[in-house]
Amino acid sequence: MDTRLVLILLLAPFLGFLFNVFLGKKAGKNIVGAVGTFSVMVSFAVTLYFFLQINQNKQPILINLFDWISIAKFTISFGFLLDQLSILWLLFVTGIGSLIHLYSIGYMHDDEKMHAFFAYLNLFIFFMITLVIGSNLLVMFIGWEGVGLCSYLLIGFWYKNQDFNDAAKKAFIMNRIGDLGFLIGMFIIGYLFNSLDYTAIKLALTTTTESNSYWIAAAALALFIGASGKSAQIPLYTWLPDAMAGPTPVSALIHAATMVTAGIFMITRMHFVFDLAPNIQEIIAVVGAATALVAATIALAQNDIKKVLAYSTVSQLGLMFLALGLGAYEIAVFHVITHAFFKACLFLGSGSVIHGLHGEQDMRKMGGLKKAMPITFSTMLIASLAIAGVFPLAGFWSKDEILMTAFHHNIVLWVVGSIASVLTAFYMFRMMYLTFFNSFRGTEEQKHHVHESPSLITFPLIVLAILSFFGGAISLPGNSWLNHYLAPLFSKATHQEHTLGTTEYILMAVATLGAIIGIAIAYKKYLKDNVIPKEDAAISGFEKVVYNKYYVDELYNILFVKPVNALSKFFKNSIETSLSALILSLGKIVNELGIQGKRLHNGSIGLYLFAFVIGVCAIITYLFLQ
Amino acid sequence: MDVTTLLIILLVGVLITYLSGDKWASKVALFFGLAAFASAICLLSQYNLGQEINYSQLWIAKPKIFFALKADGLALAMLLLTTALTPILIFSSFGNTYKNAKSFYALLLFMIFAMVGTFLASDGLLYYVFWELSLIPIYFIALIWGNGNADERKKAVVKFFIYTLAGSLFMLVAFVYLYQKAGTFLISDLTRLSLSSTQQFWIFLAFFFAYAIKIPLIPFHTWQAKVYQKAPTVGTMLLSGIMLKMGLYSVIRWQLPIAPLAAKEYMNVFIGLGIAGVIYGSILALRQKDLKKLLAYSSLAHVGLIAAGSYTLTLDGFRGAVLQMIAHGFVVVGLFFVAEIIFRRYETRKISEMGGIRSQSSKFTSMFLILVLASVALPSTFNFVGEFTVLYSLFQMNIWFAILGGTTIILGAYYMLKMFQHVMLGETNSKAFADVTFNEGLTLISIIAVLFFFGLYPKPIIDLITPSLENILTQINRFN
Repeated sequence: MDTRLVLILLLAPFLGFLFNVFLGKKAGKNIVGAVGTFSVMVSFAVTLYFFLQINQNKQPILINLFDWISIAKFTISFGFLLDQLSILWLLFVTGIGSLIHLYSIGYMHDDEKMHAFFAYLNLFIFFMITLVIGSNLLVMFIGWEGVGLCSYLLIGFWYKNQDFNDAAKKAFIMNRIGDLGFLIGMFIIGYLFNSLDYTAIKLALTTTTESNSYWIAAAALALFIGASGKSAQIPLYTWLPDAMAGPTPVSALIHAATMVTAGIFMITRMHFVFDLAPNIQEIIAVVGAATALVAATIALAQNDIKKVLAYSTVSQLGLMFLALGLGAYEIAVFHVITHAFFKACLFLGSGSVIHGLHGEQDMRKMGGLKKAMPITFSTMLIASLAIAGVFPLAGFWSKDEILMTAFHHNIVLWVVGSIASVLTAFYMFRMMYLTFFNSFRGTEEQKHHVHESPSLITFPLIVLAILSFFGGAISLPGNSWLNHYLAPLFSKATHQEHTLGTTEYILMAVATLGAIIGIAIAYKKYLKDNVIPKEDAAISGFEKVVYNKYYVDELYNILFVKPVNALSKFFKNSIETSLSALILSLGKIVNELGIQGKRLHNGSIGLYLFAFVIGVCAIITYLFLQ
Repeated sequence: MDVTTLLIILLVGVLITYLSGDKWASKVALFFGLAAFASAICLLSQYNLGQEINYSQLWIAKPKIFFALKADGLALAMLLLTTALTPILIFSSFGNTYKNAKSFYALLLFMIFAMVGTFLASDGLLYYVFWELSLIPIYFIALIWGNGNADERKKAVVKFFIYTLAGSLFMLVAFVYLYQKAGTFLISDLTRLSLSSTQQFWIFLAFFFAYAIKIPLIPFHTWQAKVYQKAPTVGTMLLSGIMLKMGLYSVIRWQLPIAPLAAKEYMNVFIGLGIAGVIYGSILALRQKDLKKLLAYSSLAHVGLIAAGSYTLTLDGFRGAVLQMIAHGFVVVGLFFVAEIIFRRYETRKISEMGGIRSQSSKFTSMFLILVLASVALPSTFNFVGEFTVLYSLFQMNIWFAILGGTTIILGAYYMLKMFQHVMLGETNSKAFADVTFNEGLTLISIIAVLFFFGLYPKPIIDLITPSLENILTQINRFN
């Protein structure tokens, strides 16, 4: 029974994919959208069933379908594990997935390749489910690379534009750099434990006291490199902002709510390995905090509404990694969930704006949309307040938990995280004011056409806004449902719940004050003083550096892309040609020997006799000398 | 069924194809290709029932040479690869018309005959005869039916012929030497010899020249790109899909068990050489302007990894190498066929003259993309199974081998996606591109089906090859 249900859960989106690939074009747009959305809803329904079940009996479900790959010392099975963690992840993947599919029916309706879009989206959900429910690292890796493929396909969805194709390619290749780390991590784990199964590894680690700390640290580091590729952490984050080339529902689903959190999922999955590698945890925390801060500063100067949200995503992912590095896995998961709510809402809202303005993404050409798009405005406002960390919205609780944990661990991390949070409040409201307040700055024609989006688009926005508002309720300090739910996962108490003392209240107050300061500065600058960001050419000084994302792309270009291309040129023009010439000259030498040899055999008896006499003399001399 | 039947079918096929005339040659060849595949399946089922698949008859009394054939799981896997690809290859050529088609298809079947013989032979000299025999048909196929400037083509093909022949002569010398010691050429006797490590070194090296040129490994690869480019596509498929596997197979079958001490002593050098090939080939592939040449360099990278796996002398390395040989055989044939499909429409192999094809051909695009993804070893494709296993075996040697060899997943994605972008994407091409025909689609679909099936369920092949590879490992470890 369970096996069948798991297969339905997994294969429903896959069947949706097959339908849309093979019959989508003929079936027409309405059916394409309906089938695509329904297939994900089926998965969501099955997930709900499993969720209720696991709440009752607490028993994880383990299913082995068949043996997949054999290594000399062990066999890796094609198996699934549904425990608290995977079911939780499934809930928001399929839940938010359903909403975004629904939204896409409205958003992509005018695109001639709508069937392809829904096919890729369904395929993505299929791979994401695979990633989440795999019972070992290698099955996770199928989903891991599979979602990368879908990301590639969807970033380059409008494939006639080579810039978009470049962005798609970049995303795939940068992810693959991380994937090499993931592979190496798997090799080390396999070598240490003779298994890639989560349960087996966990068991091995809990039963033996002695462990090979050097290789465990290496495994943790390698896996973290994998995670940082998928979840866009320093130094592998530059693909995510470029990934905004894809249609906006894709940005919401893949590049904000689900796929990019796969790295956090993986580390949480393998937490028993990371717990034994404190040095690597330290690195993760530092990288996370640094990413949070750097990305937040870049977001300050962006004028493309989706770019702001993209850097914001990178920054928020950084906060999650900060929590992971501190061993506070539940808190990281908490932030993943609340972030999925408000960031999906923000992206979908930005999509609604772009839709209303017929493709305009530059905030300098927006403004005053509040009246024309009331639902979009109010839902985005809620989500912005949530991400800014305003009491009592979802983001306040999760972000606060992260900062509190950081405070108890290391004050520097707390300071960095707090600055990133203040900046977040600022750039989010910079975005809100530039988009929705003051007067419209676009063309007259756009002004006439601005309209609120249809209900297929606004409905998901409303649901997500509600979740952004109340989502924090799943883990209130002192009485956390989430911690309780996830408790069976963590054998030892990796993290004590914060008792609410004076320090905690002060920290909360400081965080709230920070958010208000951020919002206030944005209010003063962009609403009262009505400052419009300068045209590209007019930007100068440090602002220009930030606007150009610290020139990191250019740096990578000089450091990696150009040398590889130069090497390629060198190999082609120098080594290949000289090798080829060398082989040919070997042939020529043989040829020359033949020609010289031919001269010796010229038929002259005199020469032969001469050689004969010389030879005899030589032999006799040799014999005498002996 | 007797193991010779397979060879007889192919030989009769050569004859009848030639006699059937130009009009029917391709169809007759296809029939015999399918018959060969069917008989290979028969052999497989016999083997699975526990029957010995061998044949032995004294061929020449002095020196003592046997016409000895033997198929274990490993040889059967190679037979299946060869005979499954044969009908695919022939069918893929249905869209082309060849002058003097009867000779073309007869030579093609003759080539398959020689390669099947190479995989089956268990007498060194017989093996050598088959090995060299396979060179003759491909020489003519590339020379006569190839493309581009005739003089240039002749230069490339003759160079290839002489180069590989010269390499193989070293192997012949090694065999003669071994005969002196063992009194026969039978592999069962040769793998029982206790040669000193110096003797083994020279034998290892002699074999190495033959195989390194055939596979090819760097720096012995200079013939490859040009020949792949100039040969007709079916010829390129024969070379890359099957013939280079003869070299890789022979490493595991002949070179390592006969000279294990040398193999063990110098394994790091040869693993290093294979990995260097991975990086070198991948980086060169980045800059190729000709689609077939790009695929040739990608092939160079892939076989480098396979060779590195073989030289680890571990079960994982062997198993990964064999899996990857088969997977690579299918994917590379598929990719060269893609190049041919484009050539049929645009009459060019220059990547710069392509682009904007996707918007005109959704079926072709999907199938091409799947092959690209298989080639970069996306998990759930067959190639991933092989690549994962090989990289794991390299990791067990040294983590740096795995990291450097693993760059293939990054560099491979780079050059393949870059190629895909410039060939397929972008603004619609002004020249019309008709989507795949039924025949073309069927060819690609059958390849793709194999890649996915064994990507998810490689167990049948793993079970088939493992006992044979374990036997070979026992032979290799006989000095311990």
